[in-house]
Amino acid sequence: MKRKKTDLLRIYEMMHRIRKFEFQALDFNAQGLVGGSIHLYIGEEAIASTVGHILRDDDYICSTHRGHGHVLGKGVASDAAMAEILGKETGSCRGRGGSMHIADRDKGVLGANGIVGGGIPCAAGAALSIRMRGTDQVSIAYFGDGAANEGAFHEAMNVAALWNLPMVFICENNLYGMTVSINESSKEHDIYKRAAGYGMPGEKADGNDVLAVYDLAEKAIDRARSGGGPSLIEFKTYRWRGHWEGDPLNYRTEKELTDWKKKDPIPRFEKVLMKDYKLTRTELDTIEQKMTEEIEAAAKFALESPYPDPSTVMDDVFTETGVK
Amino acid sequence: MAAKTMEYVQAVNEALREELDRDERVFIMGEDVTHLGSPYKTCEGLCADYGKQRVFNTPISEIAITGVGLGAAVTGMRPVCELMYVDFAACAMDQIANQIAKIKYMFGGKAVVPLVIKTQQGGYVRQAAQHSQSLEAWFMHTPGLKVVMPSCAADAKGLMKTAIRDDNPVIFIDHKELYNLPGEVPEGEYLIPFGKADIKKAGTDVTVIATSLMVVKALSVAEKLSKEGLSVEVVDPRTLVPLDRETLTESVQKTGRAVVVHEANRTCGIGAELAAMLAEDAFGYLEAPIQRVAAQQCPVPYSKTLEDAMLPGEEDIEAAVRKVMEY
Repeated sequence: MKRKKTDLLRIYEMMHRIRKFEFQALDFNAQGLVGGSIHLYIGEEAIASTVGHILRDDDYICSTHRGHGHVLGKGVASDAAMAEILGKETGSCRGRGGSMHIADRDKGVLGANGIVGGGIPCAAGAALSIRMRGTDQVSIAYFGDGAANEGAFHEAMNVAALWNLPMVFICENNLYGMTVSINESSKEHDIYKRAAGYGMPGEKADGNDVLAVYDLAEKAIDRARSGGGPSLIEFKTYRWRGHWEGDPLNYRTEKELTDWKKKDPIPRFEKVLMKDYKLTRTELDTIEQKMTEEIEAAAKFALESPYPDPSTVMDDVFTETGVK
Repeated sequence: MAAKTMEYVQAVNEALREELDRDERVFIMGEDVTHLGSPYKTCEGLCADYGKQRVFNTPISEIAITGVGLGAAVTGMRPVCELMYVDFAACAMDQIANQIAKIKYMFGGKAVVPLVIKTQQGGYVRQAAQHSQSLEAWFMHTPGLKVVMPSCAADAKGLMKTAIRDDNPVIFIDHKELYNLPGEVPEGEYLIPFGKADIKKAGTDVTVIATSLMVVKALSVAEKLSKEGLSVEVVDPRTLVPLDRETLTESVQKTGRAVVVHEANRTCGIGAELAAMLAEDAFGYLEAPIQRVAAQQCPVPYSKTLEDAMLPGEEDIEAAVRKVMEY
C-alpha cells in the first residue's frame, strides 16, 4: 500500500530517536550511572515506531521490561525518559520507576513492566473501560514470546475475545525469553496461532519491515477502533543486545546476530524511502542528525537533573482521598 | 440516627446498591456474581437491577479479574472486583502485589487506582485448607493497599461505601461466618472513615484488640468475664491500613494489658505487628507481656475436631485474658 511520505518520515525519525536513545542508555550504563538492569530495544525499532505512529495520543499501551522503544513511540519525551533511567526527579516517574517502569499516564502509557506478562491484563482493563465510557480509543498490550507462556496472557486473551474488547495484543517475538530460546520454551513458534484458540484473529509479519508492520498493525488497530474486537498480531524480530546489559550471551551464536543485523530495520526502511518515495540521502541524514542532537540534549538534561529529595520517599504511596 | 436491623450480607448489598446508584463509573465483576449473586449473596439482585453492563460474571480467571480491574480503574472507572475466596488471591498475587499496589508509586504519583477487591475469608465451616485461610497480613505487608475487615453489619456498610469512594486500591475482607449476623445499621447515607478504630466495648482492666469474626468472639468472652468483675475493653481497628495506632495505643496505655486476637496463622500474622507496635508505644504502661491469640501454624484442617483445635476459640481468648491478669 502506498503510504504518505509525512507518515513514513515520522516513523523514520522515531526509529532513530529510539536507537540513539538506547545507545545513550548503554553508554550511561557502562559509566555506572544506571541502577539495576536495562533491557535494550536495539534491532526492534520498526515495531514501536510504527505502532506508536498509528496510535492516537489518547490510546493506551501497556509495555514490557524492554519498554524504552514503546514509551518513546507513544510520545513520552526522550529527556523525561532518559532522566527516569538515571533515577532523576525530572524523570517521567520522578525517578521512582526506572528503566523497567517508565510510564506516563498523560501520554496513555500505563507502564513498562518488570513482570513478564504483568501488563497484559491491565491493557484489557483499559479496553473494558474504553467500551464502558463509550469512546473510540484503543488499548495495546505489548509483550514478547516469553510472556505468551504466562497465565496472564491467556486469561487476558480469553476475556478480550469474550467481551469483544477494543484492543490489540502485539507479540514481539525476538526468539528468546532471557537466555532461553523459543526452541526450549514452545513447541509452536508462531505465537499468533494461539489467537484461534480464543476465537480472535491472529496474524504475523516481519517485524523488521516497517511497511509490513504498518499494514498489519493498522488493520488490527482499525478493527479494534471500529468495534471489530481484539486481534493478536505477531512480529518476528531480534534484539541485538542481550536480555540485559551484562548478559553473557552464551546461548546464541555470533552468526545468528550477524545474520539478523543484515535485516536491520533502519537501512531496510531507508532503501524503501529512497527508492519508492524518492527521498535523498541528505534528507534522511538531516533527520538522523536532528535525533542525534535531541538525544544529546536529553542526556545532558538527565545528567544535570537533580536526584529526588530523600525526604520525599513516602510521597505517592497513596492518593489523598476525599472521604472523611 | 434512625436504624434498621439487617444481616451483614444485606448491609454489604445495600452499600453496593447505593454506590451503583450514586456513581455510574462503579461496576462489579467477578465469578458467579449474576445468577448466584455471589456464593454468599452479597451481590444478590444487583445484576437484575443494574444490568449486565454494571454487574457481570467473569471467567474463572483471577489474574484477569484483578488485572482488568486495574486497567479499568487507572483509566477512569471505579471497579469492584470480587475474589470469591481470599485463598484465590494466591492466583492473582502478581496483579495485586506487583501491579495494583505499586502502580501509583512507580508512576511517580501519576496514576489513580480507585479499585475495590471484595472478598471473604475465614474458617469454622469445614471448608479445609484452600477455602478457610485468613490472609490479611499478606496485604497489610504490601505498601499501597488499604485493608478493611469489618466485624458487624453497620461497619460493613459504612466501610464498603467509603472503600468504593476511596481513590486507592482497597482489599475489603468479609468473614463468611459474619454474613448472617444481624445488626443495627443506620438509615440513610452512612460512611465510616478509614483509620478509625471502634471501641466495641469499653473496659478498664485489659484491652483485647480483635478483627473481623474475632471481635464477636472477644465480645462474648468480655461479657462472660464481666460477670466475674473483670472489665475487658474490646477494640476493633476495622481498617488495618490505615491503622488507628493512636486509639489502640491509648487503650493499652489505659488498661496496661493487651491481648491481640486474629484468626490467621500466628507466625508473622497481624498480631506480631500490633504487639510490636504496642511494645514501641506503650511499653512503660504495660503490666504484663502482650499475648497473641491466633491459629496454630498449620494449614486449616478439614475434620471438625482438628479445625476446632487449630483455629482460635473463645476459650483461647479467655485463657489469654486470664494470663495477662495474673501479672
